[in-house]
Amino acid sequence: MNDATIAARWQFAFTIMFHYLFPVLTMGLGVLIAVLKTIELRTGNTAYGAAARFWARIFAITFATGVVTGIPMEFQFGTNWARFSRYAGPAVGQTLFMEGVFAFFAESSFLGVFLFGEKRVGPRAHWFSAVMVAFGAVLSGFFIVATNAWMQHPVGYRVVGDRVELTSLWALLTNPYVRWQYPHVISGSLVTASMVMAGTGAFYLLLRRHEEAGRIFVRVGVIAGAIFSATSLFPTGAFHGEMLTRTQPAKVAAMEGLFKTQAGAPLAIIGMPDRERQELTDPIVVPGLISFLAYGSFDARVTGLNDIPPDLHPPIEIVYYAYHIMVGLGTIFIAIMGTAVFFLWRRTLFERRGVLWILMLSAPFPYIANEAGWVVAEVGRQPWTVYGLQRVSEASSLNVTAGMTYFTLFGFMGLYLVLGLLYLLLFARIVNQGPRDPLAPALDGPAGTGGHA
Amino acid sequence: MTLNTAWFLLLAFMLAGYAVLDGFDLGIGSIHLLLGRDRAERARLIDSIGPVWNGNEVWLLGVGGALVAAFPNLYAASFSGFYLALMLVLWLLLLRGIGIEFRHQIHHALWEDFWDVVFSIASVLLALLFGVALANVLRGVPFEAGGDFRGTFTVLLNPFSILGGVLGVATLAMHGACWAALKTDGPLQARARRTASTLWWVSLALLAAMVAASFAVRPDFTRNFTIYGWPIAIPLLTIAAMGGVRAYAGRDDLRAFLFSCGYVAGILASVAAGLYPTLLPAAPGSAAPGLDIYNAAAPRSSLLYALVIYLFGLTIVIAYLVHVYRVWRGKTRPVYE
Repeated sequence: MNDATIAARWQFAFTIMFHYLFPVLTMGLGVLIAVLKTIELRTGNTAYGAAARFWARIFAITFATGVVTGIPMEFQFGTNWARFSRYAGPAVGQTLFMEGVFAFFAESSFLGVFLFGEKRVGPRAHWFSAVMVAFGAVLSGFFIVATNAWMQHPVGYRVVGDRVELTSLWALLTNPYVRWQYPHVISGSLVTASMVMAGTGAFYLLLRRHEEAGRIFVRVGVIAGAIFSATSLFPTGAFHGEMLTRTQPAKVAAMEGLFKTQAGAPLAIIGMPDRERQELTDPIVVPGLISFLAYGSFDARVTGLNDIPPDLHPPIEIVYYAYHIMVGLGTIFIAIMGTAVFFLWRRTLFERRGVLWILMLSAPFPYIANEAGWVVAEVGRQPWTVYGLQRVSEASSLNVTAGMTYFTLFGFMGLYLVLGLLYLLLFARIVNQGPRDPLAPALDGPAGTGGHA
Repeated sequence: MTLNTAWFLLLAFMLAGYAVLDGFDLGIGSIHLLLGRDRAERARLIDSIGPVWNGNEVWLLGVGGALVAAFPNLYAASFSGFYLALMLVLWLLLLRGIGIEFRHQIHHALWEDFWDVVFSIASVLLALLFGVALANVLRGVPFEAGGDFRGTFTVLLNPFSILGGVLGVATLAMHGACWAALKTDGPLQARARRTASTLWWVSLALLAAMVAASFAVRPDFTRNFTIYGWPIAIPLLTIAAMGGVRAYAGRDDLRAFLFSCGYVAGILASVAAGLYPTLLPAAPGSAAPGLDIYNAAAPRSSLLYALVIYLFGLTIVIAYLVHVYRVWRGKTRPVYE
């Protein structure tokens, strides 16, 4: 792999990982805001309306940051991965295009109405705009995950000459790979939004400020968090994993640190992969569990790295740790949220400062779990860009040098550093100001007309 | 009409849609510091585009997506070829986006002034770069044997493209001033109307210079007009739209703005009419032929699928557009500091 390709990989990895920090919140948060608005509309409880308005402010800065960091993603397929675009554009172009016309337009058109038009349009239309924003965000996620799924598991195509030809758009959209990958991604996003919401509510309750709003945030966050941390494991995580075993044995072997093909393959809870000795150092394993998870039988045979040509191995350590971080955190989330829901049911949660502390401090971790999950998906696909069809080394642009890409990579790093700091500043500021009095009048007119805090 | 020709038209339509819609908010940005004399006026100008600018920018993403789906070779060659220029566009879009969105987050003089300047400079440079890009597409790029080109700034910046860039800034600024006149009242509106009529002359003069320069740079540019005849109506309608802006400026701001939309779209349509069926011509001395609607196109199946998506999607998009601009119709309320 030449230097230019390596530089392009660094740039893509950096820009996509930074970008995803924002949509991972907005996809889930859009849905939760729509839930808050629905409760307000049905019960007439204005506190839920105030809660929705508060999260809309967080949504607005997160969405804006997600948009400006997202445009470079669509452009990079062309700038740095021109040979990929030539080769796979006839297929992946469809989903990228659909994201634009079906999702982005819905999202951006209704976001303005949702953020600034509450008085202008009336409660039902305002509720509808919240639903459309959530719908757009979640739909946008679908088209991107479908694009990724095609790169992981190409379907509905044939190779004609030096590129693919799409034979079925329907097959692309109903790729068996996307069926569980997409719910898994959305479930992870909902966990993120739930835990950020619960953490913020816990912060208010611990400080004894904005307590009415704090209780709503904790209640909604904890219930949603418990549901979706469970669905991240089962069914979405489990069935997506099963799909992987069938389609990408090298990725699975790297995820599990399974160096040797064996019957009754054990699941390593911890342990450090040692590529020279072909084993895990200091492992703690559950015998037969991988075989069971993959094939439903404790003594099924699972392919290890020794039966996969070395030039098709992904970087084992990265994939192994990313997977273990994701699963480890996911398990902890289930425990935390399960405990919190139990105390919520016993009506003692709001007084249990220990649990509130844990809720507050755990808010950043779903970001790590989601990013780790994508690292498994993307690094685990190496050395392929399009699995089985095009290698990464054949995908980069020939007319863009490593020097050009490092120049722009450092530019992105500088800009994103500033952007990240500004985002955190504004986030902290909004949380510090807290939700407004539920009886205060709704904002009217766009940004500057009274929208100042 | 072949599928390839249909896609050429659809692409031109989307680009024109982008230029018209994001054009007025880029234009607002370009004259932001000139038109808004104090912080309250500048806040009002930003408010006039606040709820719509993001949707306008989505047209650019639509163009990007359509290119990958329908003309992947053009997408690959042009995005990698214009590498640094495009990255600059991305960074400017980023700065401009957060300029608009972050400005009103903190009510503080230095914070607002800072983002006003960022927003304005980024908007001017974007309008300039889009003009430069369009001029370079007209002029052609030096294709290498493999079908790629290297669009370094020494290649991209030449008198012709800089003229295109300045024309872009002036035209979009006039377009933005027409929008400002439509959305405001009082002294701000009076200033917007005056700015629009000054910029009208500037844009017209630059357009005349650009047309003259085009004959020198691309003598074959008139080929389609002489062969088919009827396409000549496009530039004529563009000039008529320009006349419409003049006729209604200061009297009927809605009509003036709509004619300005026609003018901006007309310039792009005229370029498209001149280029057809070429998408990105090769400059003299290139080692490979340029890209046209045949050698840049995706296989037939992709063109067909994307066409269905396009027609279905665009119907929804138009419905959204009508809804959004209805919700935000009327004057933008003044901001009191």
